[in-house]
Amino acid sequence: MQRIGVFVCWCGSNIAGTVDVVAVSEALKNEPGVVFSTNYQYMCSQAGQNIIIDAIKEHNLTGIVVCSCSPRMHEATFRKTAAAAGLNPYMVEIANIREQCSWVHKEMPIGTEKAIILGKAAIAKVNLNAPLVPGESPVTKRALVIGGGIAGIQTALDIAEAGYEVDIVEKKPTIGGKMAQIDKTFPTLDCAACILTPKMVDVAQNEKIKIYSYSEVTEVNGFVGNYTVKINKKARYVKEDVCTGCGLCTEKCPMKKVPNEFNLGMDNRRAIYIPFAQAVPKVATIDANYCTMLKTGKCGVCSKVCTAGAIDYTQKDEVIEQKYGAIVVATGFNPISMDKFDEFAYNQSKDVITSLEFERLTNAAGPTAGKLLRPSDGKHPHTIVFVQCVGSRCSSCAEKGKEYCSKICCMYTAKHAMLTRDKYPDTDVYVFYIDVRTPGKAFDEFYRRAVEEYGVHYIKGMVGKVSPEGDKLMVRASDLLANKQLNIEADLVVLAAAIEPDKSARPLATMLTASMDTNDFFTEAHPKLRPVESPTAGVFLSGTCQGPKDIPETVSQASAAAAKVIGLLSKDKLTGNPCVAQSDELMCNGCSSCERVCPYGAISYVDKEFRMPNRTTVVRRVASVNEAVCQGCGCCTVACPSGAMDLKGFANKQIMAEVDAICK
Amino acid sequence: MDRTNENLRKEIIRESGVNPLKCMRCGKCSGTCPSYGEMEYHPHQFVYMVETGDIEPLMKSKSIYKCLSCFACIDRCPRGVEPAKIVEAVRLEVVRQQGANHLKAEDIPSIIDEDMPQQALVSAFRKYSK
Amino acid sequence: MQVEEYKPLIVAFCCNWCSYAGADLAGNNRLAYPADVKIIRVPCSCRVNPMFILRAFQRGADGVILCGCHPGDCHYTSGNYFTRRRMALLFSMLDYLGIEKERTRVEWVSAAEGAKFAATMNDFAQTVAKLGKNKRLEDLRCRK
Repeated sequence: MQRIGVFVCWCGSNIAGTVDVVAVSEALKNEPGVVFSTNYQYMCSQAGQNIIIDAIKEHNLTGIVVCSCSPRMHEATFRKTAAAAGLNPYMVEIANIREQCSWVHKEMPIGTEKAIILGKAAIAKVNLNAPLVPGESPVTKRALVIGGGIAGIQTALDIAEAGYEVDIVEKKPTIGGKMAQIDKTFPTLDCAACILTPKMVDVAQNEKIKIYSYSEVTEVNGFVGNYTVKINKKARYVKEDVCTGCGLCTEKCPMKKVPNEFNLGMDNRRAIYIPFAQAVPKVATIDANYCTMLKTGKCGVCSKVCTAGAIDYTQKDEVIEQKYGAIVVATGFNPISMDKFDEFAYNQSKDVITSLEFERLTNAAGPTAGKLLRPSDGKHPHTIVFVQCVGSRCSSCAEKGKEYCSKICCMYTAKHAMLTRDKYPDTDVYVFYIDVRTPGKAFDEFYRRAVEEYGVHYIKGMVGKVSPEGDKLMVRASDLLANKQLNIEADLVVLAAAIEPDKSARPLATMLTASMDTNDFFTEAHPKLRPVESPTAGVFLSGTCQGPKDIPETVSQASAAAAKVIGLLSKDKLTGNPCVAQSDELMCNGCSSCERVCPYGAISYVDKEFRMPNRTTVVRRVASVNEAVCQGCGCCTVACPSGAMDLKGFANKQIMAEVDAICK
Repeated sequence: MDRTNENLRKEIIRESGVNPLKCMRCGKCSGTCPSYGEMEYHPHQFVYMVETGDIEPLMKSKSIYKCLSCFACIDRCPRGVEPAKIVEAVRLEVVRQQGANHLKAEDIPSIIDEDMPQQALVSAFRKYSK
Repeated sequence: MQVEEYKPLIVAFCCNWCSYAGADLAGNNRLAYPADVKIIRVPCSCRVNPMFILRAFQRGADGVILCGCHPGDCHYTSGNYFTRRRMALLFSMLDYLGIEKERTRVEWVSAAEGAKFAATMNDFAQTVAKLGKNKRLEDLRCRK
């Protein structure tokens, strides 16, 4: 039997104004288990807390009920008070007689009656409370960053800066991601490579950071602080630690007709290649789909020219298993496929390109060495039409486009238009826009400069049709402000394609039990207040895997994610919320109902031996809750058909007792 | 917006099954319309004017007969607004009125063209009269 | 003849993160609702076992209302979806047993919707009061 103390707070006149606090404390005195009951003006004050502490010690209380304001306000305060008096903090219950009683009712008798009932419910619950101790689990002090773009790089650098080991897993042969492909960055027009490549070198030189390039995560087990991850290191047929990155092999390889994905297929590379000059790690990779030696066994030129002897045609995929405390997802984005947009003739004409292809065309390290030339005939284009919102804000067909705004297109199109006019003032540049969205520091000024100083023709309207005629592109579009239909003879059409999360994100989310929205962007734990954490504890989000972002936003989020990871890794032990689900193994029938509804993947099934009569044992499959992962929503308790699953702190019996007390 | 216009607006929205509020005013319909030059009011204006209830001018204009019903606007609208259906609904609203047929059977011989396929003739007749 | 309005007994289950905070906000703004409504705090609306609702009716409650976060806003990502489906099933079963559909309700109240909470409770209490006493499921042995 519990020994319960009841403490009724006046809250000045806030409660005492509509509730007869003395009557309440008198009425609750006779409830089962109650051995002490009192009232005071301000229970939360130091003097009030002392009353509680003294009463706990004097009356040897095992549980207390505070009738006061909302538990959201002072539950933590009174739990600390209880702990100070040596009582388990989870033996405290609050009856909310301010926000949900005195403040919403006007008459004293009604308020008093309700306050008594609420007090009785809390007493009924405390009678069934059990002391709870938060679970503890150790933390592996190593972080995994999945994706080696600017988001992953920044996160890894920041975590390493704090002194923790970080591994970056990148599926491409080099880190750098999309930013490495970009020419200049808005709104300052810094050269992307000039600001990115030093960071890539920092990553390579940092002793705390290990890069698994050309690798993918294949399996994730465990929970916050204790992940075990399997990483498949794909065979690149080059010994990473031996290759010096001299690039001789990439010049001598006779297989020259491999589309260069770094330049989006606008030129060719060899079968053995280094994606770009500043690649990190600067190690050659053999593309097994094109290498003659690997396909037919005849060639071996690269191994002959390699003075370091780094080529190894027998290399196999290697699976690495590593333990981590935290996982950061930084899988990034891709422009959507233009195949379904027949009206823009992307597949019919080489001169209809996406904005990312335009970046490569204007990049000094690109296929045209930075000269803006038409992909079809290498001539200088004189009329360029930029089309915005291609596939963005498109709700009519889910297969075609995306309903969201891709956020970055307005700005990069302004940048492209401005740079084109700057370098080639003889070019006519048209930008068709629906809205120009430029929220950001110095963004609108930048767009206005494109219009006012560089003379870019911004036209409110949309391109309806692009048809190749001879070596020209006929662009039919509307000009809504002039109420005219325009027919422009263009040399180059640039489509601002919507961006979508990388295809690898979905299977990764399944592995991590992290949730995603309908667009395959990772969802955050709270859209406003916890934007860099996944609802799954220990999984953090960095960059465009969470939603469309430009580079500064990506970097801020990357650093924010790193801060969260550092906060996690700095702990030696993780203290959990003790109000977690608990399964009664003797009642569990092994049906998996709870496992299926758990949003956190906290429930797993284990085969356990049970002793039976006659000294026999039987192995049964029973649910086991991982207390470090369980967040205590209680969904499983309702799903359980045998009533084996219960939630500590909000147990079936406790809530039932509250119902009974209220319905008396 | 007065009462009669409001009723008309509701009627057109009901008949076409189109929600003009879905329009984000990109103008792709008008950018793609092959009859644009012949129309006094253009597809995007149809959507906007039905949305605001300014329907009388649409009913009086010849634009409703210039629409080819080629459905290019429906195909390309990113928001699934379907402007051609609105044009169609306005046209129906007109031709359903007594004596408001755009094309009478006896007018046909005078405009008949040797090269015109019979099907076009029949479909045009169905489109322009009740 | 003026009949005195019946004072029903209403049990409200509120999720800790949205609706309970919404109820607190109603209090902060002094938005009155009948004292017949008694709130029980649960971590998530999906914690509410149909058993609790049956028990409430058995013990003489006249109405039970369940409040949770708006769909998509659940603190536990998906709890309220389970609530929605479970309660649809339970309420139709209760209806079959003779507990009118008006006596049971699921409502989404966010932490910012104090006014909605008060309005919902006023409306629900009124609806239940009109229906009068719940006699169908009440266990006479539970009556004092």
